[in-house]
Amino acid sequence: MDLFEYQAKKLFAEHGVPVPTGKTATTPEEARAIATELGGKVVVKAQVKAGGRGKAGGVKVADGPDDAFAKATAILGMDIKGHTVHSVLVEEASNIAEEYYASFLLDRANRTFLAMASREGGMEIEEVAATNPEALARILIDPLTGVDAAKAREIAIAAKLPEAALDGATELLAKLWTVFVKSDATLVEVNPLILTGDGKVIALDGKVSLDENADFRHPENEAFVDVSAVDPLEQKAKEKGLNYVKLEGEVGIIGNGAGLVMSTLDVVTYAGEEFGGKRPANFLDIGGGASAEVMANGLSIILGDPAVKSVFVNIFGGITACDAVANGIIQALDIVGNVTTPLVVRLDGNNAEEGRRILAEANLPVVKPVDTMDGAAKLAAQLAAA
Amino acid sequence: MAIWLDENSRIVVQGITGSEGTKHTRRMLASGAKVVAGVNARKAGQKVDDVPVFGTVADAIAQTGANVSVIFVPPRFTKDAAIEAVDAAIPLAVVITEGVPVHDTTEFFAYSKSKGTTRIIGPNCPGIASPGVSNAGIIPADITPGGRIGLVSKSGTLTYQMMYELREFGFSTCVGIGGDPVIGTTHIDALDAFQADPGTDAIVMIGEIGGDAEERAAAHIEAHVSKPVVGYVAGFTAPEGKTMGHAGAIVSGSSGTAQAKKEALEKAGVRVGKTPSETARLMADIMRSL
Repeated sequence: MDLFEYQAKKLFAEHGVPVPTGKTATTPEEARAIATELGGKVVVKAQVKAGGRGKAGGVKVADGPDDAFAKATAILGMDIKGHTVHSVLVEEASNIAEEYYASFLLDRANRTFLAMASREGGMEIEEVAATNPEALARILIDPLTGVDAAKAREIAIAAKLPEAALDGATELLAKLWTVFVKSDATLVEVNPLILTGDGKVIALDGKVSLDENADFRHPENEAFVDVSAVDPLEQKAKEKGLNYVKLEGEVGIIGNGAGLVMSTLDVVTYAGEEFGGKRPANFLDIGGGASAEVMANGLSIILGDPAVKSVFVNIFGGITACDAVANGIIQALDIVGNVTTPLVVRLDGNNAEEGRRILAEANLPVVKPVDTMDGAAKLAAQLAAA
Repeated sequence: MAIWLDENSRIVVQGITGSEGTKHTRRMLASGAKVVAGVNARKAGQKVDDVPVFGTVADAIAQTGANVSVIFVPPRFTKDAAIEAVDAAIPLAVVITEGVPVHDTTEFFAYSKSKGTTRIIGPNCPGIASPGVSNAGIIPADITPGGRIGLVSKSGTLTYQMMYELREFGFSTCVGIGGDPVIGTTHIDALDAFQADPGTDAIVMIGEIGGDAEERAAAHIEAHVSKPVVGYVAGFTAPEGKTMGHAGAIVSGSSGTAQAKKEALEKAGVRVGKTPSETARLMADIMRSL
């Protein structure tokens, strides 16, 4: 889960990483009130989970409360790379002497953690990495020893930060590491990390991605969920414990196992090319069990999507037996009731013959059994186009 | 012949008294695998069916000669279980558990690396099966007989699908390495082991979106693998920024795409199937031509 800047900064502040004082506003009036409270110049920053906010006009300096009102009016409701701005962060303006970059992240390739830091901050770090790779220090972090003051200093020096910023950066990096570990983040990024005119090092921006697998030890993370951005069908699926992702097509997909379902999306997309570009409407992995109840929950979510014109149920019976799945499908259709959308069913693997026999015997008009995955994908795409 | 798991494998199940642990212990036993011990600190001295339960992995090893651990404990206890297995210096620990925090995995993997005595497979994987010989994890044992194809995969059900489609040839060993961002055993580790295994003639490699493991495997194949390799990559049509079921399956910007992985594999001389069935046909052709 990616956090908004204001949420990232809240985490930073909780662990002692210095950030500018500020608050979020969802209306220009609130922005004015916050600016009044802060006094002096403020910065009004669009809160969207997208880079390049500054270039898009989503970050503006305001002279005082009335100007903050005007700037917030301009920014709220803006569209930045497809994200609508629903709130702004109003912060005290900082006196920026220099801008740097620092992050800790999961390094999948090396199966460890990585620190990146640079004297070149304030621009896209991918750009620095591409145009001036020597300016970006990369230091592997041993997960067993982490980042102490000495390691933090090593990172700051490797980034070629100037003497004036070394102590402040060292302290900040050590605390940022604490944020990374304590909040189970896969990324904590500060860009820019600034040296102020009076010699302080602070995090002027913040980007954090959290590992959802660790949610069980972070009940506080629930407050970070951006309810406005959650698709209602995805929300409903989550409540039912289903792994569902809404997509833009017409063929509803139910399968067991993440890899098989991903593969099903591909196969349906290829098959759909023949039928005017029909595509999968969703990703839904019902897991190993595939009981009638799980099947019914999955079906009702998929059929709740008005774009769905056909459904492809793709099951490989590994541990699950296909006869149980077939019975599950029949019962699920009964539980959901009045299903008119055609259901192309492919059962293979454990007890597949018996499963197919059960479906054939039930003789339900909406159920179309097909023996192969490729053949079933083709029929599902064809039915979606009909 | 097989890799990592053979007729001498003696399995200890960590979390044997949990519902999944018990269920799959029975399945492993039914398949003929030698499950010799279970571990639960609070239930030492009990039995699950005929399998004795010990308080620690070290005890289980001392009493039964176990040399493979299969870990079924819940995510919040997985790190401790894996570290316990490493401390007991068991040669192979297979972590089945899904939903382990990546900080935990990164830590216990680093720990295993620092000790150098335990290979970890997983987490979030179906385990490893050498059909007809032994089975450590949840891969159904009766899909395919033994044979001379090696299989390494990030996905469970795609593994089963491929085993099923190629059952007329059979498999030496099938390794599910898992769908998490950090895993103990990689495609490359399995490719090397299959290359060295006299019982394996050809290799199927199944990947999916996210990370660059497949690209690195491709480079490795080009330099080090002379046996024929057929590949499949799932997730060509996955949208950017969405996690597709597996915690590691996410396309970020232009990296991690299925297309890039396919191109890298093909450049390395790997034939890549467009669908699982086409991939199986490519492998069948190779097996017939050998």
